[in-house]
Amino acid sequence: MMKVVEGSHAVAHAVMCCAPDVISAYPITPQTHIVEHLSQFVADGKLDTEFLTVDSEFSALSSLVGSSAVGARSYSSTTSQGLALMWEVLYNASGMRLPIVMTVANRALGAPLNIWNDQQDSVGARDSGWIQLYAENVQEAVDMTPQAFKISEDPDILLPSMVCMDGFILTHVYEPVELLDKEMVSKYLPPYRPGVVLDPSKPKTFGAFVDPSMYTEIRAMQFRAHEQAKKKIEEAAREFAELSGRYYGGLIDTYQADGAEVLIVTMGSVVGTIKDVIDELREEGNKVGLVKVRSYRPFPIEALRAALKDADVVAVVEKDVTIGTQAALLTDLKGGLYNYRDMPPIIGFSAGLGGRDITTREIRKIVDLARSAKDGIETEYGFLDLKEELL
Amino acid sequence: MKEIRFHGRGGQGAVTAAEMIAVAAFGDKRFSQAFPAFGVERRGAPVMAFARIADKPIRIRSQVYEPDYVLVQDVTLLDVVEVSSGLKPDGMIIINTDRPRESLKLKTEARVITIDATTIAMEILGRPIVNTTMLGAFCGASGEVSLNGINNAIADRFSGELGKKNLLAVKTAFERVAK
Repeated sequence: MMKVVEGSHAVAHAVMCCAPDVISAYPITPQTHIVEHLSQFVADGKLDTEFLTVDSEFSALSSLVGSSAVGARSYSSTTSQGLALMWEVLYNASGMRLPIVMTVANRALGAPLNIWNDQQDSVGARDSGWIQLYAENVQEAVDMTPQAFKISEDPDILLPSMVCMDGFILTHVYEPVELLDKEMVSKYLPPYRPGVVLDPSKPKTFGAFVDPSMYTEIRAMQFRAHEQAKKKIEEAAREFAELSGRYYGGLIDTYQADGAEVLIVTMGSVVGTIKDVIDELREEGNKVGLVKVRSYRPFPIEALRAALKDADVVAVVEKDVTIGTQAALLTDLKGGLYNYRDMPPIIGFSAGLGGRDITTREIRKIVDLARSAKDGIETEYGFLDLKEELL
Repeated sequence: MKEIRFHGRGGQGAVTAAEMIAVAAFGDKRFSQAFPAFGVERRGAPVMAFARIADKPIRIRSQVYEPDYVLVQDVTLLDVVEVSSGLKPDGMIIINTDRPRESLKLKTEARVITIDATTIAMEILGRPIVNTTMLGAFCGASGEVSLNGINNAIADRFSGELGKKNLLAVKTAFERVAK
């Protein structure tokens, strides 16, 4: 049954349905309500889990490296500075092939201190070996949670996953959501049965010292697991759709992309706003469509190439900036397509940084700029809605 | 789609009011969305919250710039915030005040409704928390959500004696505005 609930509540409920053995988290805005709800579920006896209240995000993820290594289904949630504090452990979790799932309530990074939404935090961790899925709305963040566990725990994958949802915009919104059904989730998500665990009766070591003769191979195996994950992400979405009736695409999704002259590529909650603008533009006779990136890591370059090749021009909109070059989704996309012939010109924008609202007017501006780039790019990259007078 | 903007001060329950409108509208078999203008919450500081009501799923995530309705929980905000900013000319603004409408000097062509929600809340709840009273006024003046829907949203949120008192506050404001 659908109900109007807060995004954080719905996601915490989804986590509960996945029955994690261990939760370890440190509260930080705007993730706080997620762990508050989980803590409440445990206190009320609704969730049988070991809930660790730790002293920092570093400890939160470190303790999950331990719990995941002994074979416990392990969950955390964080954002922004908290994710930054986990940095070293992110690489340990993925290098040790531990299928930890973490909700990232996306928020800007300091300095200057800013509690509002953008995606610099998780995008910055794009090279850490974690799978990264981005949700458009609360329902998708909810449904991605069991999907993330299923993908991560697959014996062919064994990679940690981040489910990224825009902080405040999705964590604090009240909207109609179908809360997950525990029985349905247990049918979808079998218990975690790891092949290799830390066990005092059969001692072994995880994440031990590796010299130059093997290190490259460890990274290559992670790399190949990400390639494998592309198929698993698609499968996990389809299997979930069979049980729930809800499907949002696999690695990517498209909206009004057929015959579109201008295609916008983006990820996260701004997808919804862009869809509304596309409907208006289509009514006005403008052939504009959208490609939504659900999986940013692994990066679905094959699917993106197929979706984008017939457009006249592509415009990337993203809530991050790669200071010193351009922005992450834009450079990943251009890099991935460089060796293919006959691809459309690509321009990109950093938007919504530090919580700046992305309005329908700004989306229309992007479409106008994209159109003028069709016959030759003047500005390949820029900040959307930039107040030049303040610089 | 109808868009609603709430102006209040931290601690007055503007965010809760927006949430309850979303719950009420969904109970009326419509789609809805509610969210705060995320700020650094401080008691007494000006805050905003938004709600949307539509007949199909709501996808847009930007803030509300051209509301159909504005609800002002604290008249002193008129001195510090342009509460009628972007308000549609055929829209409506509902203000909690005991001052005469003409003295408010609002820059809007929209319909102006005043209600002394503070007095109602003090008489019924014993506290100057006016959000549920303002919901009653919104319901009575706009008809965008049903009284039944608001009552269910209140019952969902507040239990026992507090629930009963809030229901009475809603009813009192509804009747005062609807007459």
